[in-house]
Amino acid sequence: MLLDIAALSKSFGSIVAADNLDLVVAANEAVGIIGPNGAGKTTLFNLIAGTLAPGGGTIRFGGCDITRAAPQTRCHSGIGRTHQIPQPFEKLTVFENLLVGAVHGRSMSEREAARSCGEILERLGLLRHANSLAGSLTLLQRKRLEMARALATAPKLLLLDEIAGGLTEGECAELIATIRDIRNTGVAMLWIEHVVHALLAVVDRLIVLNFGRKIAEGAPREVIRSPEVRQIYIGIEA
Amino acid sequence: MRAMKDGRPASGQMFSVATSGGGSRAALAAAAAILIMLAALPAFAARNLIQDLIFLFYMLALAQCWNLLAGFSGLISVGQQAFVGLGGYMLFALTLFAGLDPLLAIPLAGVVCATFALPTALIVFRLRGAYFAIGTWVVAEVYRLVFAQFKGLGGGTGTSLAPSVTSTVFGIEWVKALFDVRTPAARDIISYWGALVLMAGTLVFVYAVLRSRRGLALGAIRDQEAAAAGLGVDIYRTKRAVYVAAAAMTGMIGALIYLQKARISPDAAFSVLDWTAYVIFIVVIGGIGTMEGPVIGAIIFYLLQRYLADFGAWYLILLGTLAIAVMLFAPRGLWGFVAERFRVTLFPTRRRLVIGADEVKGG
Ligand SMILES: Nc1ncnc2c1ncn2[C@@H]1O[C@H](COP(=O)(O)OP(=O)(O)OP(=O)(O)O)[C@@H](O)[C@H]1O
Ligand SMILES: [Mg+2]
Repeated sequence: MLLDIAALSKSFGSIVAADNLDLVVAANEAVGIIGPNGAGKTTLFNLIAGTLAPGGGTIRFGGCDITRAAPQTRCHSGIGRTHQIPQPFEKLTVFENLLVGAVHGRSMSEREAARSCGEILERLGLLRHANSLAGSLTLLQRKRLEMARALATAPKLLLLDEIAGGLTEGECAELIATIRDIRNTGVAMLWIEHVVHALLAVVDRLIVLNFGRKIAEGAPREVIRSPEVRQIYIGIEA
Repeated sequence: MRAMKDGRPASGQMFSVATSGGGSRAALAAAAAILIMLAALPAFAARNLIQDLIFLFYMLALAQCWNLLAGFSGLISVGQQAFVGLGGYMLFALTLFAGLDPLLAIPLAGVVCATFALPTALIVFRLRGAYFAIGTWVVAEVYRLVFAQFKGLGGGTGTSLAPSVTSTVFGIEWVKALFDVRTPAARDIISYWGALVLMAGTLVFVYAVLRSRRGLALGAIRDQEAAAAGLGVDIYRTKRAVYVAAAAMTGMIGALIYLQKARISPDAAFSVLDWTAYVIFIVVIGGIGTMEGPVIGAIIFYLLQRYLADFGAWYLILLGTLAIAVMLFAPRGLWGFVAERFRVTLFPTRRRLVIGADEVKGG
């Protein structure tokens, strides 16, 4: 297994954000995560990426125990993430934002990185803005920058946190095509998304979280139709 | 100063990275010319101009170091006087006790400061934001109190450099013969060259850091620390490296300052007003987070203090008013104001993506 999470827990005071979670992702597998607001989805990403330390449990990645590893170490071993609320380096240009990921995440020289960064920007439709300050981007462009920057680190596992919200139908179709492209290059992904039809177009497996617990898992369409999911998660447009 | 770096065309597009700015080659030539002129200046200039320029150079160098920390790395220290004082005291200790030549003691003082900065970093890096600032100040106060205990270095009242030390500094006979001056003037000329070398060295060093991969990481850390870590940046090591390097340079500048002053006391050497407050003033009015800012700020500060310091309290009130006015009306400093209007930069650090080899243009 590429990612192997066992009995993972995390609480904030009395709030349990991850409750004895088990989760695996195989190489080149795409797994979707849904769940109501506050279910602990972003917290799970923070635990995998190393922004938060777990209260208990283990995280293994590529066969190594990374439960206590620093965020930069996890990046080096192949975990890339986007942030639900974009966190661009505002006073750097869009291109420089990617360079940070390529130069420090992959230990490339700037010269070597230019080509791959340029290609990623082109693929995500940000090439026109390459030399603009990231602080001048719109929200949607910032979300795309999040993806571009994570891709610049050449991840084996990509963590996507709500990237399809607020898109028009056309933009959403484009995004789905892009994400399929990324998958075809051999990248595994965990994708948190409220726009369920976008998820269903891509993922192999779907996981439902509520109160930090996994309440359903399986083939996407079956999970969506299951009564326990319908009960806690109204508003699904399958 | 144009760096063109190629990539193979993939989807028909060719990408490369360029770091250049409008007229940066001309700026480099101008800088070299100014440097040569300044180096030759003692042949023409009066002694009090030389002394004034020593002050200008070391304030500029200190400002450049502080700006590397605060402006480029988000490390707002109000305790850099710790390393000015430590450097100054090291100069005294190494020359008086170990009998070293002052010009050799200056780099050694830098090494000592770097060594002290490592454990200091361990303490202050546990603190964030305002607590970091206060922590650095507290550390500097501790240094001051410790040095007040050394009887051999004059305790709380301080001590002077023996004339035998300052009048036998390396090269002084040569300077005396070359410019036909007496010992005190020759001493000033050697300090002047030392200050010039340190100032130019600081500029080159800071620029080299900003152009390196570490410089890229600094910008990321300053803007979004957590996101930078997620992209593979080792935050702690990057900050520590910058902090230690700034301490080493600040220490060397401190050693030079006290070679020139030839008299040291804990209160003066670890003065938060002289070595941090004025330095912050210089960086803020010049433009924080730019390399040009501290240069402009230092020149303005020098002129103000040269012509207005006699007004005592009014001078300080004027400095404060000016700083507040700049913060309100030109928050990016005087250089920020100019750079925005005319789109100029003398020290280009932006990495630009160049699409297609033909499109490489300056600016
Ligand atoms: N750093 C933190 N400190 C304290 N509480 C937190 C922290 N991060 C998350 N929480 C709490 O943990 C719970 C889970 O939050 P999380 O952000 O993981 O939810 P989510 O499933 O991503 O929700 P959404 O769909 O709104 O993004 C929430 O109740 C949240 O308030
Ligand atoms: Mg969330």
